[in-house]
Amino acid sequence: MAVIKTENLTYIYGEGTPFEKRAVDDISLEINEGEMIGVIGHTGSGKSTLIQHFNGLLKPTSGSVYIDGERLWDDKARLRDIRFKVGLVFQYPEYQLFEESCYKDIAFGPKNMGLSDSEIDKRIKEAAAMVGLKSELLDKSPFELSGGQKRRVAIAGVMAMKPKVLILDEPASGLDPRGREQILGMLKEYYETTKSTVMIVSHSMEDIARYADRILVMNKGRLFCLDETEKVFARADELTAMGLSVPQITRVFSKLKEMGLAIDKEVYTTPYAVKLIMQRLGADQAKG
Amino acid sequence: MIKDITIGQYFPGKSPIHRMDPRVKIILTAVFIVMLFLSKSIWGLLVGAAFTLVTFFISRIPFKLMIKSLKPILPIIIFTGLLNLFFIKTGEEYFHWKIFRITDEGVNTAVFMAVRIICLIIGSSLLTYTTSPIDLTDAIERLLSPLKKIKVPVHELAMMMTIALRFIPTLIEETDKIMSAQKARGADMETGSLMKRAKALIPILVPLFVSSFRRAEELALAMECRCYHGGEGRTRMKQLHMSAVDGIAFVFTAFFLAGVIALNIIL
Ligand SMILES: Nc1ncnc2c1ncn2[C@@H]1O[C@H](COP(=O)(O)OP(=O)(O)O)[C@@H](O)[C@H]1O
Ligand SMILES: [Mg+2]
Repeated sequence: MAVIKTENLTYIYGEGTPFEKRAVDDISLEINEGEMIGVIGHTGSGKSTLIQHFNGLLKPTSGSVYIDGERLWDDKARLRDIRFKVGLVFQYPEYQLFEESCYKDIAFGPKNMGLSDSEIDKRIKEAAAMVGLKSELLDKSPFELSGGQKRRVAIAGVMAMKPKVLILDEPASGLDPRGREQILGMLKEYYETTKSTVMIVSHSMEDIARYADRILVMNKGRLFCLDETEKVFARADELTAMGLSVPQITRVFSKLKEMGLAIDKEVYTTPYAVKLIMQRLGADQAKG
Repeated sequence: MIKDITIGQYFPGKSPIHRMDPRVKIILTAVFIVMLFLSKSIWGLLVGAAFTLVTFFISRIPFKLMIKSLKPILPIIIFTGLLNLFFIKTGEEYFHWKIFRITDEGVNTAVFMAVRIICLIIGSSLLTYTTSPIDLTDAIERLLSPLKKIKVPVHELAMMMTIALRFIPTLIEETDKIMSAQKARGADMETGSLMKRAKALIPILVPLFVSSFRRAEELALAMECRCYHGGEGRTRMKQLHMSAVDGIAFVFTAFFLAGVIALNIIL
C-alpha cells in the first residue's frame, strides 16, 4: 500500500485576494513504503507547499491526502499523530532551535510524543550518532555551534521521533560542498539503516541523481513526472527547457551519444560513467 | 492563520485615489476627520457620509475588504450606541420600563455617533488601503520636515517607521514558518490551560527573537556598507509630485466641507 497518496491535490495561497497564487495544482501521486524519493523543481515550483500537505500542516484547497490510507483533515484531532508518523524537516531548520542545550532541543519532539524519559534519552543518543554529532556537543547551547552543526541538531530533532516517513526540505542548502556531501551521505545512511521512507527536496539535480530511487519533478505547481531516476533523465531536453540542469555527467554522455557513441542507458552518476568508460576501453583494447 | 492579520493593509490599484500624492491624501484625510466632527446635525453628517461613500466607490476597494476592517470596531460602535440610547434622558419619551428610558434624542444621538464612527473608520482605512506603507512614511516625513528646525529627528523617526513596516510581513512569515516547524515536531498550541499555552509560545518566541536580532544586525551592516549616515543631504529616488488628480481632490473635499459648514449655519 502507498504510504503517501494524494488525489487532485490543489493549494491556493491567499484565495480571494489580489495576491492569489495557485502553488500546487491538481496533483495525484503515490509514494510507496521504503522508497527514497527526490523532489526537484525550480524555485517557486511548489515543492515546499506540496510537502507541507503530507503531515497536515497545510489544508488542501481541494483534493485529498492519504497517509497509510487515512484521509487527512477528516478528523483534526488525528493530525498530531500524523505529524509523528511523517517527520518534516523545514528548509534552514537551524532557525527553529530554541532550547538551552542541544540535548533538550532534540528532546522536544519525543517529549511531545509522550515517551518515557529513558526512551527519550535512548533516542537522542541514537539520533545524535546518526547525524554525526559528538556526544560532548549535546550539553552545549545550540547557539554556540557552527551552521552545519546546528543543522545536524535540527535534523536529529526530527529523526528522534522515529517517523515512518522522513521529509527534508532542501537539507543541504546554504552549505559548502563538503557540508552538502556529509549531510546527504548521512541521509543515505539513515535510509539504509532504518529502511524508512525518505523524501529529499532539492533544486540540485546532481544531489538528487545520486541518492533517489524515484524522482518527482514539479513544474509551476504541476506534477511534471514521478518516475525512476533513469527515465526522468531520459527526458533531459524537457528538463532543460524547464530551467532544470541535468547532471553534468549526463550532459557529457548525451553529447557523446549525439556524436555516435552507442549507449543504451542514461548515465547520471560518476561511478557508473567510470565503469562504462572502463568497459569500453577494455572492449576496444581486446579488439585492437 | 496568522497571515490573515492585515497590518499596513495596502490594496494595490490604479484608481484616482491610488494615484493621488500621499501628502495630499494625508492632509485631506485630516480635513475629512475635521469635517465629521464639525457637523452638528444629522444632515451635516449625511454630507460627510456621502463624501465617504463617493471616495470609497472611486477607490474601487472591494466591499468585503472594507467590512473586514469594520469588524474589529463593531463592539465599540454597539457600546457607544447603547450608552447613548440609555443614558440620554432628555427629549420626548418613546419607551419607559423601570430605570430604562428611551427618548428620541437618545435614538438620534446613538445613530449619529454610530454613523460618525463608521465614516471615520472607512475614511481612514481608505488612506491605508490606497497608499503603500513606504509612500505613507515618505509623505509623513515630508509633512513633518518643518519640525526639524526644532530638533525633532524626523528623518530618523520616518526611517524607523519604514523599517518597521518593511519587516512586518517578514516577521509574520517567519512566525508562520517557525510555528509550522514546531508543529511538525508535535508542538500543541491550541489546547490546554492558559499556563500551558503561554509555555507553548517559548519555542516560537526564542527563535523569533534570535532571528530578529540577526536581521537587525545584517540590515545595519548593509546600510553602513552603502554609506548611510542619516538624513542629511540625502536625495530621493522617488520624488513626490502633485498632479491634476490632487487638484480635483482638493476642490472636491473643499466643496463637501463648505456644505457641512453651511448646513451648520443654516440649521
Ligand atoms: N506563505 C505564502 N504565501 C503566499 N504565497 C506563497 C507562500 N509560500 C509560497 N508561496 C508561493 O507559492 C509558490 C510556490 O512556493 P514554494 O512551495 O515555496 O516553492 P518551492 O519550494 O518549490 O520553491 C511560489 O510562487 C511562492 O511565491
Ligand atoms: Mg522551497
